[in-house]
Amino acid sequence: MSEKVLMKGNEAIAEAAIRSGCRYYLGYPITPQTEVAAYMAKRMPKIGGTFLQAESEISAVNMVYGVASTGKRCMTSSSSPGISLKCEGLSYLAACDLPSVIVNVQRGGPGLGGIQPSQSDYFQATKGSGHGDFRMIVLAPSSVQEMADLTSLAFDLADKHRMPSMILADGTIGQMMEPVELAEDMHETKYEKPWACTGTQLKREHNIINSLILKPEILEQLNLERYEKYKIVEREETRFEEFMMDDAEICIVAFGIASRVAKSAIMEARKQGVKVGLIRPITLWPFPEAPIRAAADRVKSFISVELSMGQLIYDVRLASQCKKPVHLCNRVGGMITSPDYVLNKIMEVNGLGGAL
Amino acid sequence: MFDTKRITLLAGHYGSGKTNIAVNWAKYLRDEGKRVSVADLDIVNPYFRTKDSAADFEEWGIKLISSPYANSNVDLPSLPKELYSVVDDKSFYSVIDVGGDDRGAYALGRFVPKILEENNYELLLVINKYRPLTPDSTTTLEIMKEIEAACRMKFTAIVNNSNLGRDTTAQTVLDSVGYAEEVSRESGLPIKMTTAEKRLCGELKDKIDNLFCLTLQSKLI
Repeated sequence: MSEKVLMKGNEAIAEAAIRSGCRYYLGYPITPQTEVAAYMAKRMPKIGGTFLQAESEISAVNMVYGVASTGKRCMTSSSSPGISLKCEGLSYLAACDLPSVIVNVQRGGPGLGGIQPSQSDYFQATKGSGHGDFRMIVLAPSSVQEMADLTSLAFDLADKHRMPSMILADGTIGQMMEPVELAEDMHETKYEKPWACTGTQLKREHNIINSLILKPEILEQLNLERYEKYKIVEREETRFEEFMMDDAEICIVAFGIASRVAKSAIMEARKQGVKVGLIRPITLWPFPEAPIRAAADRVKSFISVELSMGQLIYDVRLASQCKKPVHLCNRVGGMITSPDYVLNKIMEVNGLGGAL
Repeated sequence: MFDTKRITLLAGHYGSGKTNIAVNWAKYLRDEGKRVSVADLDIVNPYFRTKDSAADFEEWGIKLISSPYANSNVDLPSLPKELYSVVDDKSFYSVIDVGGDDRGAYALGRFVPKILEENNYELLLVINKYRPLTPDSTTTLEIMKEIEAACRMKFTAIVNNSNLGRDTTAQTVLDSVGYAEEVSRESGLPIKMTTAEKRLCGELKDKIDNLFCLTLQSKLI
């Protein structure tokens, strides 16, 4: 590891991308992720890379499609409303199995919403980022250090499994400043890309990147094969953190900024004698079902702490197979749950002793 | 202990710590018995602004001049009309928190003629060696020149605010002294102060000249 620096979360994403060999950034500004673009604009010209501010988000994501088709590492970033505009492109990226990294620094919605932090794009990121059957690997950083680390991982997993991967952050982690240790330059990918459109040199057949498959038998087969690949991703790439779960009677599930607040609340609740722990999904897809399923046999109840109207809670219920009640603790619209707010919920749920 | 001017302008690289210093400098002036106003000229940063300290300012009797949209859900690079009182009402000592980089400094332009005419100001360059885009004097001076070109004013002194957030130790600050001195040598600007969080001040007070102790803005998380 190199020297420690003080960075904004958004800057950490940009610098980590560069160190992962990303030399193409295609974006369009939007609060609260604009620092990713601003940082790339300053750095890319100095290292022979391309910073391109497209005329729109739709244009930017289709430029990603173009660059990714050549096998080069590339990235685009936006915030919630901008990601909605990119969704058509995400479907095409998935349909063509193109490794690419998409960053969503979420803000309050729906619509234009606001510019303060949110996690209300959880459904969109994990279940419906566009039409058709597809998945993206979705990584949820909870610190500036993880903004850097998970960005590197996103590039690696995208290449490894030939699929788009998304960093699902939020405005607070994007804007906050923390000390970071950045990995040394990794440069290019270690994965071969024989499918990339790099010119045949008259030595091989043309590679074609295309999502229009008019024969239903073939389109079905491609979908089945892609879902076989997703099974491998589910098996190999699920990541999570357990915090004070050994003796926990209440299990909080939270990711990103909400998990940080939850940890503060857990420490306080423990001081007051309440046994509460945390399962923090680091990959939102694949979702860490196994630890939640296991916890369901041990704990009395779950609390889903999230900055949305109850989205994560559905996956907690599914993973726990509804064996125990799952309570919701949330703020929305750009508001953040305070540690006290979560603590109150913990105390309320503790008082119920496993009842609904 | 520190020289004071009627107007103190804080500018520098994005994220160099201008806002925290603005808050603490305003408090310092207030403790010196001055009438003080703080003006938030930051049109770049959507979160973490001087307005976060609104309650403290009220308690200290410091006037806050800030966009009604700061820290709200409205994403407008707006400036409050009361900003003109900073240059017009000379009964106040004013601290102006300028936005980061040259982009932030453009907003200062319209006030510059009056500030120069009154000639009772200092424009402080806030620097942090541990920011990834300003690790040395060359890169720091590049940003300094971009800011000067944007706001059409020259810096008068340096504030060495080198820190690593919560990981800052006394050694972190000591290790930045050489960097600050080089920036000073190459720019010809004096180092007005070196800052450190209060918890480190005891350890540093005999080792660093013109140490300015900071109380950090409170954080939610």
